[in-house]
Amino acid sequence: MGTHHYNLSEQFEFTGKVKILSIVGIFVGAAAIAFGFLSGAHERTFANLLLMAYYFACVCMSGAFFLAVQFVAQAGWSASILRIPQAMAKTLPIAVVILIAVIGLGLYTHNLYHHWHADGLTDPNSPNYDQLIAGKSVFLNVPFFLARQFIFLGSYSIFAYFVTKWSYNEDLTGGLESYRKSFKYSCIFLVVYGFTTPVFAFDTIMSLEAHWFSTMFGWYNFAAMWVSSLATIAVILILLRKAGYMSWINNSHLHNLGQFIFGFSIFWTYVWFAQFLLIYYANMSEETVYFYKRFNNYEFWFYLNLVMNFLSPLLLLMDRDNKRSENILLAVSIIVLCGHWVDYYQMIMPGIFEFGPKSGSGFGILEIGIALGFVGLFTFTVLSALSKKPLLAKNHPFLQESLNHHL
Amino acid sequence: MSNIKYILGSFGDPDEMLHGIEKLKENNISIYDVYTPMPIHGIEAKLGVKRSRLDIAAFFFGITGTITMLTGVYLATVVDWPLNIGGKTHFALPDFIPITFELTILFCAFGLVGSYYASTHLFPGRAPRVMDLRATDDRFIIAIDAKTNTEHEKIDELLKGAGALEVKHNERKYVSYE
Repeated sequence: MGTHHYNLSEQFEFTGKVKILSIVGIFVGAAAIAFGFLSGAHERTFANLLLMAYYFACVCMSGAFFLAVQFVAQAGWSASILRIPQAMAKTLPIAVVILIAVIGLGLYTHNLYHHWHADGLTDPNSPNYDQLIAGKSVFLNVPFFLARQFIFLGSYSIFAYFVTKWSYNEDLTGGLESYRKSFKYSCIFLVVYGFTTPVFAFDTIMSLEAHWFSTMFGWYNFAAMWVSSLATIAVILILLRKAGYMSWINNSHLHNLGQFIFGFSIFWTYVWFAQFLLIYYANMSEETVYFYKRFNNYEFWFYLNLVMNFLSPLLLLMDRDNKRSENILLAVSIIVLCGHWVDYYQMIMPGIFEFGPKSGSGFGILEIGIALGFVGLFTFTVLSALSKKPLLAKNHPFLQESLNHHL
Repeated sequence: MSNIKYILGSFGDPDEMLHGIEKLKENNISIYDVYTPMPIHGIEAKLGVKRSRLDIAAFFFGITGTITMLTGVYLATVVDWPLNIGGKTHFALPDFIPITFELTILFCAFGLVGSYYASTHLFPGRAPRVMDLRATDDRFIIAIDAKTNTEHEKIDELLKGAGALEVKHNERKYVSYE
């Protein structure tokens, strides 16, 4: 193995065009939200806020999940890229505050979750009485619902905070103590995360259509958040490299990330299809209603979802050389990220606007503006977090393995 | 004219063997192949071995499986014996995706095992052909074709200089033929 001469304390500087663009993005988002409320499209604005706040929180918490997976697997290849998921994990508390604010305000103003949160739904003497919702109200009531959000997102945030802090301590003190602690708590975190994310997805997204349920829905959302987080890591890594940072990353690291994105796109398709096939095959009206809405009023989005999230990674990333190419991996990652916006769009919108554009949904200034706002916010917060510490965890025990990574 | 077919340089250390490969390349001596008891990182690039085409073969084996199953299902459910099942179309594609997926994998796996056996001349019941038995144990072997590289003394010197523990001049290509 040859010796290398990397600057172990290289630091990212968050200045110039990127910073200005991300701030412009935040203002575009704020303007779009204001436009939405002033033009009277309250429900549509809330639906888009929920979509992007959920997306933002999911990408950040999957950053913490990525860290936990690398520690538990005792993976060596990733040691030199860990600062990127750490920056995402560090941003998680901000994302959590935004998501809980959107959910809380949506509940309070009855713009979200009105399917199970309205007057008289659980009162047998009320004309609004809904037997199914009343049956679910032990689980699906506002205090317990909010408590679950706080507990789940709070515990992910606490893990994210400590796992990044230990890594920064390791930079200063060295030794194996930080690594051992990270390993131990990563094991615990994976168990907690594995059992709670499906419930988190049931709560946040599936309860928009509270009559319908699917046990695959949690894994389907898990696959979506995990693959979009991997694509985000790849995008940040490649753009940093193009800006001249992280010269130690070679195309074997990209190959690993490419395999991850390819593999979990297939996994996403597998879970998506497992949910679809059983409903299609059994053909029971209380289940098929979910796809009935999507086929009839959101047909374009339904098929676009599959093309972007299954066909494009399948065909573009299957070849080994493509996984190792910066530009192709960047393009596919961006397609997958847009694809999962479409995925969340067709999870959320038909639940709120059953009849498509006729009933108030659509694709226009609001959707694009709010999405840009959150992209700007994500870029700003994550790159600020990234610029605070060196780009290399220089005392990570597997650092040499990562610097000499070769596939 | 000697009857020597292959010259084998036997090394006890992978780094010395890599050094030997460099030395031979510097002197324009072509290497027939290298045998090692364990995989060595970067050796393909050093030897200039072409990338395996097994992945391309895998793709076409897989596609064959997909087409076979879809054709079979179409013949059975539409051409030969159409049945009304739950009011669905006769060729209800989502129903047959799992079995199509299975057959894709089956064809791919069998095809790859077959290609592997064909390209390595291995199949059940046949003893493998080995140029030096210790290449499967503790020695790193560089094999040089003695017919095309005629400067045998120079090759010996280069191999010994690089740290070869032993240099063999073999008149048979393989030590085992059974």
